Amino acid sequence: MPNLTTPDIATTNIEMTAVPDLIETEQRIGLRSIDPTAVFAVVGAAFGAMAFVWLLFTQFTAAGTNIGMFVVWYLVFITMIWVIGREQYDPVRARDLVARVVFWSAGLIIVVPMIAIATYTIAKGVTALTPNFFFQDQSRVGPLSPARVGGASQAIVGTLEQVAIAAIISVPLGILVAIYLNEVGGRLARVVRTIVDAMSAIPSIVAGLFIFASFILAFGGQLSGFAAGLALAVLMLPTVTRTTEVVLRLVPGGLREAGLALGATEWSTTRHVVLPTARSGIVTAVILGVARVIGETAPLLLTTLGAVSMNWSPFEGKQSALPLYVYRLFQLPQEVAIQRAWTGALVLLILVFVLFVTARIIGGRGPGHISRFRRARLAREGLA
Amino acid sequence: MQVIDPSIALEGTTPIEEERVRPVTRRTGADRAFRLTTFGAGTLTLVLMGVIGLFLLVRSWSAISAAGLSFFTTSAWQPDGGAFGIAAVLLGTFLIAFVALGFAVPLAAGGALFITDYAPSKIKTPLVWLVDLLAAVPSLIYGLWGRAYLQPKIIPISEWISTHLGFIPFLKAKPGAGFAASTFIAGVVVALMVLPICTAVMREVFSQAPAGEKEGALALGGTRWGVVRDVVLPFGRGGMVGASMLGLGRALGETIAVTLIISPTFDITRLTHPLETGGNSIASLIALRFSESSSFGISALMAAGLALFVITLLVNAVASLVVSRSRSGASTEI
Repeated sequence: MPNLTTPDIATTNIEMTAVPDLIETEQRIGLRSIDPTAVFAVVGAAFGAMAFVWLLFTQFTAAGTNIGMFVVWYLVFITMIWVIGREQYDPVRARDLVARVVFWSAGLIIVVPMIAIATYTIAKGVTALTPNFFFQDQSRVGPLSPARVGGASQAIVGTLEQVAIAAIISVPLGILVAIYLNEVGGRLARVVRTIVDAMSAIPSIVAGLFIFASFILAFGGQLSGFAAGLALAVLMLPTVTRTTEVVLRLVPGGLREAGLALGATEWSTTRHVVLPTARSGIVTAVILGVARVIGETAPLLLTTLGAVSMNWSPFEGKQSALPLYVYRLFQLPQEVAIQRAWTGALVLLILVFVLFVTARIIGGRGPGHISRFRRARLAREGLA
Repeated sequence: MQVIDPSIALEGTTPIEEERVRPVTRRTGADRAFRLTTFGAGTLTLVLMGVIGLFLLVRSWSAISAAGLSFFTTSAWQPDGGAFGIAAVLLGTFLIAFVALGFAVPLAAGGALFITDYAPSKIKTPLVWLVDLLAAVPSLIYGLWGRAYLQPKIIPISEWISTHLGFIPFLKAKPGAGFAASTFIAGVVVALMVLPICTAVMREVFSQAPAGEKEGALALGGTRWGVVRDVVLPFGRGGMVGASMLGLGRALGETIAVTLIISPTFDITRLTHPLETGGNSIASLIALRFSESSSFGISALMAAGLALFVITLLVNAVASLVVSRSRSGASTEI
């Protein structure tokens, strides 16, 4: 390949440990094993840096913000590790040790936001999480009612209906497109794949603008849950398509060929071999699509404005939705409103989490996995 | 927020097009219907994409024709007063995105390398899950958390930077200016939101680094850092650029989190001081102004939306191209 940048091992100056003088002194580099002296060095450096920072910030100067202290501590910590590494081993291994510590810190930092967001949302939201949150709406809630009065049932119903509408539109379409890309193919497939990629990058607010411009302004539809569902469908389609396509690609070609070799037509091979094999993956694709849109707020601002009382019909009149409920209440000045918003956010976070874990568990099964339920049915039919 | 499937970014790229032997078959009616239906579905997505652009263009036409080229140079947004343009909001959008990338890209690269080359195999899978889960958290929750929890934590840092690094002109805050609701805080929150997509794509690219060369480097006595520096990083350079651009595309379109955090300003000098209170973005402009706009105001917002649509499409197209190029040598062997 012309634009390949693979390094040429022979000419690249790879970081190497010093060549040992004598064969007997050769020390092996443990790639996975943990060297106790190195651990000692790291722990020691951590404490040493802490002591240094304490001296610097409290004894020598009076300054000190928490974060500044932490940054200085980390820099001193890394320097100390490097110095210790140089003293104990050699410069190359010192650099290796520093790199190891830096990458471990990066890995730790990635974990932090998820934990921080989850714990903060739980702490803030759990106080007003009562059963009536799911069964009452906001129509009887005054500005002075305590946070545990009333609920978000109108928003939950709205979200369920809107996401269902989005799924009804985009799931069949997405699966069909994925089948087209992977099973049928053709000259247009490449273009379609590129466009689906591009679609996954559409800002969610633009999807809302599009539905407002088309469904509401051009075709005279009203601001409603249905319009919101349409906007969500635009956002859900690329996720469903791409995930399904990836799953279909995992179906072994041998199965298809076996089907065709037995004289099955293309359609019946897809229907009876490919799709059943990829079933769990397709379910995962659908769940991931739902998780993608369930918390979308921006398109709802333009398509259904939200409501305080229950509106069962997605086709008539404005409808609330959980993200909208949270967004609106969070901007009110009352403390109780903000508390209700956090409860809504907590419910949303739990929904996303449950959907995500379900998708992973189902998706974790290999292609062709037969559930216990299905095995029982097959046994009844005398097939297994 | 996006659920990440790294292949979304990497697709359109399968380097080896399998040449399937197509047996001559007589297709039944069901087959022809099947082909036609799926083909129709494929075409429908193409049409949908075109229609999105078309509708935005049609609806924004009255605003675009009224404003002309001044749409790109005016910074105020008073459609009914006659003066409106995206100069300020476009600048604000890119500033937030650049702050976000400044934090997200190094962290994503470090995290991705940690997952591929440093993490013990036991925690690898949970980490990948966690990154995907982070991508599934709705942008709304990032916004709430950013405003309620992160903002009070960042304000002292902003103050510290402004006093101690104030010799860099754009970091110096005006005396008396606040530090809340700034471009910087919005950028940090958006950084957390684009972190998962960047990490996922980079991890995908790094994990494709040829095992033979890595083992070769180790066999020559290289340390793990040596392998990362001389094999994995050069191999993944293109992928890192592509991942950053994908992150840029996401950061530019981020709506609700930014809307919740910034206090909108159209003043260019305030915008160019990211630590000070006040920021703006196209998406949050639309979200904030939409419900109170006249029909001409909505047309102007449509024009802003069209600009955002075109920009994100361009950024994403270039990113996909870069990522796909970088993978073209994936099958090197020793």
